[in-house]
This record gives sequence, C-alpha cells and structure tokens, in this order.
Amino acid sequence: MLSRVADSLYWLSRYIERAENNARILDVNLQLTLDSDHAGPEEEAADWTPILATFEDLKAFRESHPVINAASVCEFVTFSELNPNSILSCISKARENARTVREYISSEMWERINGLYLWIRSQSARDLYQEAAISLYRQIVDHSHQFAGTTDATLTQADGWNFMQVGKFLDRADSVSRILDLKYHILLPQGETVGGTVDTVQWQAVLKSCSGLEAFQKLHTARVTPASVAEFLVLHPAFPRSIRFCVDHLDAALHRISGTDRTQFSNPAERLSGRMLSDLNYTTISDIFQQGLHQYLDRVQLRLIETGQAMFQQYCAWD
Amino acid sequence: MKNPFLSYEVGDFFDEMFGDQGRPRPHYQTLLQRFGELSNDEFERKNLAASQTFLNQGITFTVYSDDRGTERIMPFDAIPRIIPEDEWQKVERGLVQRITALNLFLHDLYHDQRIIKEGVIPAEVIQSAKHFRPEFVGVDVPKDIYIHICGSDLIRDRDGNYLVLEDNGRCPSGVSYVLTNREVMKRVFPSLFADHKVRPVDHYCQELFNLLRHVAPANCPNPEDPTVVLLTPGIYNSAYFEHSFLARSMGIEIVVGQDLIVKDDVVYMKTTKGLQRVDVIYRRLDDDFLDPLAFRPDSVLGVPGLVSAYRKGNVNLANAIGTGAADDKVMYYFVPAMIRFYLQQEPLLENVPTYLTMFEKDRKYVLENLPNLVIKSANESGGYGMLIGPHASQAEIEKFRGAILADPRNYVAQPVVSLSRSPSYCGNAIEGRHIDLRPYILYGEKITIVPGGLTRVALRKGSLVVNSSQGGGSKDTWVVD
Repeated sequence: MLSRVADSLYWLSRYIERAENNARILDVNLQLTLDSDHAGPEEEAADWTPILATFEDLKAFRESHPVINAASVCEFVTFSELNPNSILSCISKARENARTVREYISSEMWERINGLYLWIRSQSARDLYQEAAISLYRQIVDHSHQFAGTTDATLTQADGWNFMQVGKFLDRADSVSRILDLKYHILLPQGETVGGTVDTVQWQAVLKSCSGLEAFQKLHTARVTPASVAEFLVLHPAFPRSIRFCVDHLDAALHRISGTDRTQFSNPAERLSGRMLSDLNYTTISDIFQQGLHQYLDRVQLRLIETGQAMFQQYCAWD
Repeated sequence: MKNPFLSYEVGDFFDEMFGDQGRPRPHYQTLLQRFGELSNDEFERKNLAASQTFLNQGITFTVYSDDRGTERIMPFDAIPRIIPEDEWQKVERGLVQRITALNLFLHDLYHDQRIIKEGVIPAEVIQSAKHFRPEFVGVDVPKDIYIHICGSDLIRDRDGNYLVLEDNGRCPSGVSYVLTNREVMKRVFPSLFADHKVRPVDHYCQELFNLLRHVAPANCPNPEDPTVVLLTPGIYNSAYFEHSFLARSMGIEIVVGQDLIVKDDVVYMKTTKGLQRVDVIYRRLDDDFLDPLAFRPDSVLGVPGLVSAYRKGNVNLANAIGTGAADDKVMYYFVPAMIRFYLQQEPLLENVPTYLTMFEKDRKYVLENLPNLVIKSANESGGYGMLIGPHASQAEIEKFRGAILADPRNYVAQPVVSLSRSPSYCGNAIEGRHIDLRPYILYGEKITIVPGGLTRVALRKGSLVVNSSQGGGSKDTWVVD
C-alpha cells in the first residue's frame, strides 16, 4: 500500500484511541473530585493539575487559562482548539486523516468517524457537556468502541488494518502508562496514609478509567493495593488495556506487516517491539517497584516513541 | 392533503414536466401522481432525509470563503428530471458524434493541422488558444485518444431543443453526484423505482476503469494488467470527495503528487513495500500543475519529471495534455465545422448560436446589438470577463465595445438563451427553476455514455446560474423507457 496511506491509517487510529483515553481520564477525575470534599480553589487546582501533567500540556494551558479548576481543565482537554491533544483536536485530526484515505477505509468507518466529528462540534454535544459532562465522556468512549468494532467488522484485515492496529495499541499502551503515572502525581491529602481510604479510592479510579475495575475484581476480589493494580495494568497477559497486552498486539501487527516470524525480526521496529514485549513477559511487579514505577513507565513511554519512529522510517519515510 | 403541484406556474419557458396549456407531459404522469399523494410535510421530511444522507456520507464540496474551508453539501432537489428514451437516444448520438470529431481534431491539431491548412479554422484562432501546447505537436498518444472523459454542458431552448453550451474536455467534474443522487433517491423514494423503468447509471466506474486500462502506454511492461492511479490535488480540493469516490469505486490508488516519483523517465508510487511502477494516471489536475519542470515551476501539487515520462511513452495521462485547446470558447464556434470536416456529417446537436467578433460581419452585428447579447471573453471561465447585455448598464456596454474593438479575436457573443425549467422543491412550495444537463462521455475501446447525466438546477428564483458556488443544486436524472 501507499506509504502515505499507511501513515494516515496509523494516525487515524492513534487519534481516535487518544480521544477515547482523554475522555476516560476526565471521566475518572470528575468522579474522583465528586467524592472528595475539597472546597477551596487551591484544593481544586491540586485535584486537576495532575491531569495537565499527564498530557504534558501545562505550558500551553497556562498561556490561555488563568486558573486551574475543573471547568478550565475540562474545557481545555475537551474542546480547546489551542490544545493539539484535546478531544476535539484529536477527533478533527482523525477525521482529516480519514478523509485522505477515504477510498481505503469502508464507508461504514467513514460514516462513524464523520458522525463523531459532526457531533462533537455540534451544539448538542456542548449542551450535554454543560448538563452532564460525564455522559459526554461515556459517549466518546462508546463512539470509539463503535469505530473499533466497525473497523474490525468491515475492513479487510490486511496491511492497512495492521497499521491501524499498530497505531491503536501504541497509543493505548502510552495512555495506560500515563494514567498509571497520574497516580504518582496525585498527592494524598494531609493525614492520609498509603493504603488508606483515599489512596484506595484513587487506585480504584485508575482501574475504572481503564475499564479495568470489574476485570480486576474478578482476579483480586476487592483487595486494591498499589502493587496489584500496577501488576494488573502493566503485566496482565490478557486484559485488553494492559501495557503487556498492547505491546503484544503491537508486535504481532508489525510482524504481520513484514511477514516475519514472531520469534525473529526483520527491521528495527520489530526489534524494538519484540524486545519490549519480552521484557514485559519476563518482568515481575516487584522488579518494577524496585526500579520505581514512575521511572519504569517513563522508559516504557520512551520505547513506544522509538518504536513508532522506527516504523515510520521503515515504511513511510522516503526523503 | 393538498397536492403541492396544484399551484405550480409554468411561466413563459420550456417546462420539462408540463406541456401545452399546463398539461403534464406523458413521461411525467406517473411521477406526478405519486408525488400528488404526498403531503407537504412528507415531502419536506424526505427532502431532509436526503440532505442528511449527503452530509453523513461526507458528500461535500469545499467552499473557500473562510480559512477553515467549510464543507457544504450540494443542495439536492428531490424532484427528478425525466428524459424519455427516444429523446435521450438523439442526444446520445449527437454527443458521440461530437466527441469523435473533437478527438479527430486534437489529433490533427497535434500532427498535420490539415484543418488549418485547408482553411476551415483560421491559424490565428489556434495561436490564440490559451491551452494549446505547441511543444506537443508530433507527440503520439496511446490509441490516438485525447479526450477520454468529456462532460459537455447541454441546455434546452424555448422549443425544447437540446443545444451544446460548452465542451469540458479537460477535467470535467460532477459525475459522483450522478451516482450518489441516484443512490439517495433509491433510499428515499424506493417505490418510485418500481413504477418507472429507470435506466441504471452505476456501471460508470466500471466503464471508466475499462477505459483507463485500455489506454495503457506503449512501454507498459504488463499491458494486460496496467497499474492505474488517480492523481488528485489533495483533500483541500473542492472536488476531493469525487476523486476519492471514483478511486474507491474503481479499486485503484488515489495519489497526490508526493506519492509519485520519476526515475529514469518511469513513474513509480511510494509504497510500504518499495517503489511500484505506474502506467496510467487519471489526473484531476490541470496541465499547468502536472509537472513543475515542464509547466508552472511553483506547482507543489505535481510530479517533477512526469511530462518527460509521458512523452517517452512510459506513462499515459487521461485526459491527454493539451485538450484544453478544444474547449476554448472561440474553438467551440468551430465544432460544427469540425464535424463536417472530419466526419462529413451534419451536426446532430446544435451549438448555441455564436458570433465571433474576429469576423467582420459578426463584429458589426454584435456591436449593433450589444444590449441583447451575452459577451464572453475567449479564455476566461467561471463567469469572469462576461457581459450580460440585457442586465448591463450603458457604461458596461461601452466598456465591452471598447474591449472588442481593441482585441476582436478575444470575444464571442451569444443571444440570451432562456434555459428550460423544471419543477423544484423550494422551501414549502414547488416552483419552476432553470436547469442544464451535463452528460459524461467516456471514449475508450468504444464510446460509452451513462444514460442521463448531471442535472444542475439554479435554485435561486429567476437565476440562470447553475454553478454550485452560486446557489446551484442538482437533481437525479432519469432516462426512462
């Protein structure tokens, strides 16, 4: 397939996934802050600063917004056109990419993505946001799932689909690592201890934002500890939003594109994804905690970026 | 329930649906009966459903009035235009004759120029044709076909005669609306298709694909199965939806300039598996932008080296380079003469009567009758450089008089033709609106015309302008047995 088309499919899929994950993060933080009894503007700012840190958007935010609070952060991450990673920007870019590969994707996929684009820019999305922002975020997640389902049900599962898989799982792994890292940035209120009520509520929220609470509870009953949540979200082999699962599927898609056996590599992208996968396959959560979870997640993010770049060099760069 | 056609006024025009004393023409009777059974509300609902379908499917064109490049749908009028089969056959024969002559003319123009040597067309007309490419004289094109895809604009005069208004022999657009209008009509009014034997149009893309494969270049390594691509200026082009639609329907790659590269006079596309040779390019890009090395050096849309590969017979372009010489407004005047010269036949479809101010006799008539005529500048389009006599001020008329005298070769004049009207749904009433017809003609192994074409409708009351940029819409066009 055309290199440009592969690149667009990859980004189309990444941006949809990113819009979904941003919606998840906002959804959870809104729920968390509903539970907390924080009253003053300083506490509210403390509740919402980690979100901006997660997106690494703090600077852009400060340029356009005087105060950090629920309303300003949600607006910035949902609708702001100044924020290149806002949900609106992601959906617009996903659609723009879809437009350039309109003849490659199915009409059903196009109608889904175009419908999402028209809806997020509509007054009714605005109204819903004012009325019940959480419902808006749920709907965005739903839209993303519908798009993924439509893609799997209508697009030939050949190269193009594989490039979309690469984009989807790369961005999902990245987002999960950021959501997990979010907990690192959230400070416990004074008097609260690690393992205390608030700490537990926060870890539960992390699971919820990855649609992982129910799956987690089936494994661990209700015992939520930092190690068990991190283990679940980083290392679980079969939960579809764990980093290991994502890297496994990313690696598989890359190998399908070149037709190389999973035990070998034929280009730098496959080497990077394969190495990352075997690290994840042979790591324990205590190893990770020994290195420090934040440092570990940081490195995961770096390796994901490298893999994406190597894929681009291999298949899409011609200059 | 009130029949929305009861208050319809035919007016002093040729009406497509109603004939003498407002009696419905026979081929519209069933449709009229069905529509009479619908209330205004139902009609409004169906019209809305149709528009929604266009928007959801992204069947839009881009308007550049703001920096965002707003996308709009072309307004759709749900009342179809019906052409009876025998009437269509006459039009079809006329179009076949016309494209045959135009292709013979282009071949002659780029080879021996017999038509000039024998005095049928004055040499200066050729020299003044903006899109003539003298550097291609002597270059052969595959199968001697120049205009592969043509979209001639037809109008009907007061007596219902079909006349050719212009021949679009470069990159005619709009065919995707023919296909999507039909799809939407079938979705919104399925039962109408049970009542009428409407000739299908959906084989257009298959025929286009066959044609593109048929014109593989001389040096194609695999002439049985050439690689065909569609070259688009990109997603910001107003017709991008159409480019994408056609490529998808043919199952070929749609490429932008940066997807192609020329090495040793061979064109390749950049794929994830390396370079792949390209044999035929259906280009939706004007000559000027094709190759910055050959034409406009500032073009970033084109492919450096493409023209050289084309000259060497390593790649073919549809339409050929230089076809614009045949749809120049002055050249249009000579098409009937071309038909007589190359085919020894009388034209089956007439031109709109046209006067060339370069001819002394015509000029005298034109200058005496400026207030009653439409004056067009030969090399401009889109309504620029145009005078509509009956609507013009004395000062404007005098300005054109001066311009014609200064450069008589650059102007043509035509009487104001009152386009036929067709009932159209306008808000809450059905009113007569002016229409034209653009059939799409494919010249490959044989000449194929999908029955009907694109009917454009000037939705603004009284307007004669059918362009989508100026409030024009479209309607489904049925050729019915």
